Amino acid sequence: MSTAEFSHKSFFNQLKKYYLIYTGGFLLFVVALAIAEQMGLSRKYIGYTFLIATIGLYASIGIMSRTVDAAEYYVAGRRVPAFFNGMATGADWMSAASFIGMAGTLYLSGFDGLAFVMGWTGGYCLVAFLLAPYLRKFGQFTIPDFLGERYGGNFVRSIGIFAAILVSFTYVVAQIFGVGLITSRFTGLEFTYGVFVGLAGILVCSFLGGMRAVTWTQVAQYIILIVAYLTPVVWLSMKHTGNPIPQIAYGQVLQKVTEREKVLTADPKEVEVRNIFKARADAANAGLKEPAAEFAKGKTAVEQKLADARAANATPEQIAAAEKAVAAYPKDEAAAKAQWNKDKGLAARAAPPKPHATPFPGKDEKASDIARKNFLGIVFCMMIGTAALPHILMRYYTTPSVRQARQSVFWSLFFIFLLYFTAPALAVLAKYDIYNFLVGSSFASLPAWAASWAAVDPTLLSITDVNKDGIVQLAEIVIGGDIIVLATPEIAGLPYVVSGLVAAGGLAAALSTADGLLLTIANALSHDLYYKMLDPQASTSRRVTVSKVLLILVAAIAAYVTSLRPGDILFLVGAAFSLAASAFFPALVMGVFWKRANKWGAITGMIAGLGLCMYYMIQTYPFFGGVAANQWFDMTPITAGVFGVPVGIITIIVVSLLTPAPSRQVQELVEHVRYPNLQGDINTMAT
Amino acid sequence: MQLTEKHEEYWRKNLVVTGILLSIWFVVTFVFGWYSKELNNFSVFGFPLGFYNAAQGSLLVYVVLIWFYQHYMNKLDLEYGVHEGEDE
Repeated sequence: MSTAEFSHKSFFNQLKKYYLIYTGGFLLFVVALAIAEQMGLSRKYIGYTFLIATIGLYASIGIMSRTVDAAEYYVAGRRVPAFFNGMATGADWMSAASFIGMAGTLYLSGFDGLAFVMGWTGGYCLVAFLLAPYLRKFGQFTIPDFLGERYGGNFVRSIGIFAAILVSFTYVVAQIFGVGLITSRFTGLEFTYGVFVGLAGILVCSFLGGMRAVTWTQVAQYIILIVAYLTPVVWLSMKHTGNPIPQIAYGQVLQKVTEREKVLTADPKEVEVRNIFKARADAANAGLKEPAAEFAKGKTAVEQKLADARAANATPEQIAAAEKAVAAYPKDEAAAKAQWNKDKGLAARAAPPKPHATPFPGKDEKASDIARKNFLGIVFCMMIGTAALPHILMRYYTTPSVRQARQSVFWSLFFIFLLYFTAPALAVLAKYDIYNFLVGSSFASLPAWAASWAAVDPTLLSITDVNKDGIVQLAEIVIGGDIIVLATPEIAGLPYVVSGLVAAGGLAAALSTADGLLLTIANALSHDLYYKMLDPQASTSRRVTVSKVLLILVAAIAAYVTSLRPGDILFLVGAAFSLAASAFFPALVMGVFWKRANKWGAITGMIAGLGLCMYYMIQTYPFFGGVAANQWFDMTPITAGVFGVPVGIITIIVVSLLTPAPSRQVQELVEHVRYPNLQGDINTMAT
Repeated sequence: MQLTEKHEEYWRKNLVVTGILLSIWFVVTFVFGWYSKELNNFSVFGFPLGFYNAAQGSLLVYVVLIWFYQHYMNKLDLEYGVHEGEDE
């Protein structure tokens, strides 16, 4: 063992050296670009330089790590040290939704958004205590591998393959969407081209080197994304509190935001704007009730006003305004209806600002209770889902030992924690800035960042002077969540190069997650379906080649589906978690902790859990033609796992007890995974 | 492969520590989460407590729990002689 000890240690030191040099080089690159910016390099070229440099970097790591060896391709040779596996898992884990979306969600929904922060970190407790060390001891290549071996037979494996592909595909579409969005925003390329440029970056990496290339690229991507996330937040914190540690400093800022919310709720100008929205929404509702009559009434009213103005010899301006009102009036009843349907939504803008620190706000006790149930429901699904996502669990096959698998979960959560611990602070700091400096500024001189973003992309920021007083009211601002992270560098007054850095960070987050997911799908098909079920005689190089071909195929299909722009990103991500939780969690955990769990229990349990989860989503989510009225206990579709997981567990217990106990051989396998090392142990390690 | 009494004891200890850590995890997440509104009447470091728990406190607890688990289990492996050959 002494040679192994030596080689692992020197490998670790070598990696440490490489990545230190890399980090230093990256920082120098950013500084050099900052200097170039001062000397007049245009924003467009800064965007391009970041895009080309980072994707080029990932591609070269991919080329350097190319391999045709199965253990290298599937599990990076099982020699990724705990610390680096932690970083890779961090990048694998944190997607575009975490990097760009999270702080925005917290900004928009206050306390309720924290369900994702808790869920996406606390889930690692389950990974650490219930799965990672046991999966590492088992030591094969994929999650369906474990299910197939533990419960016996290709049927269980097939369900595992189906669920792994369903979950990962849903999730990967959300990632590629993120890639397209960032590439197109920062380079001006069209969305569809952005998708394919990003995809090329993903492919060079995972295609050539599989898990080995993906692992080392993800470490590099983690470093970029965490630097990109923390830099502007620290700066913003310095600006508003004088304290460079935002997580500590934002307590006092939160108090100020809460006071400001009270002022803005009572402010007469704010009330005026909200009342205008309420009046419009009310008029829309009245119009939708009796469209024909209201349309005629409204038309007569504007025409009458114009006639009155002319008769009364009003000023030319007044007449012009009245003429404009007539011209702007909907042409026919259908156009009026469309307008009313749009205006109906203005009711939401008639509400006072949501108190940021208050849990479960609702108009009455009942609404608040529903909000609380859904909060905990989301936390539950995100946590269980975390401990069931194949692309994450797979990462714990890559450490050299059980001992390091345990340590590696700690490092994973630590590196993820650095970002999630900061996101709530960023949301509050940004809110403070907007509530105090944007609100109350005059339309003639908006803060520079607000003016430029409102001009570039009205879906991210739009401000209209609703009550025509020339001053920005909070109720006049519509914000898209993504702007919080994207615009923070400008809000904090940092040079454009930091905005480029943030975009590179978002791209790293999206690419790294997409890499891990695509690899999971390709492996489920090439390893589990092709090798284990169709052609067990296939040679190693043939298996790897099949996997590579499938990878390209799956990537192309995913990009195609993405270019159709399906639905809401947050829903896609949430759905993936609920589906994974219901399909995998019960069978995986009971496979380790309950020897009596058997084949038929697992088969029926997985089908029941996954089936119920899918049924609930189809019944309640509008995209599939569902309606909210079908909800059970007022739980939203994203929390379908709340029903799927318990049903899966109960089914496994009941069916297992009704059918014969598993064979002695399977029980020995369970004992085998429970102990890191046993004398006279069987060996399940795949090579 | 026959498990000895010592092996059984190792597994029992593993279940106990897993149980305790999961209970802490459950209380911090779901019990504190359920009473967030009530907790907000207290304050810590200038934050309302319910908000602090959801945004920062619970995250810190999770990190500590996992650190403790890997530390405890890796020691337990050595104590019960089920550790792997040195790999570092």
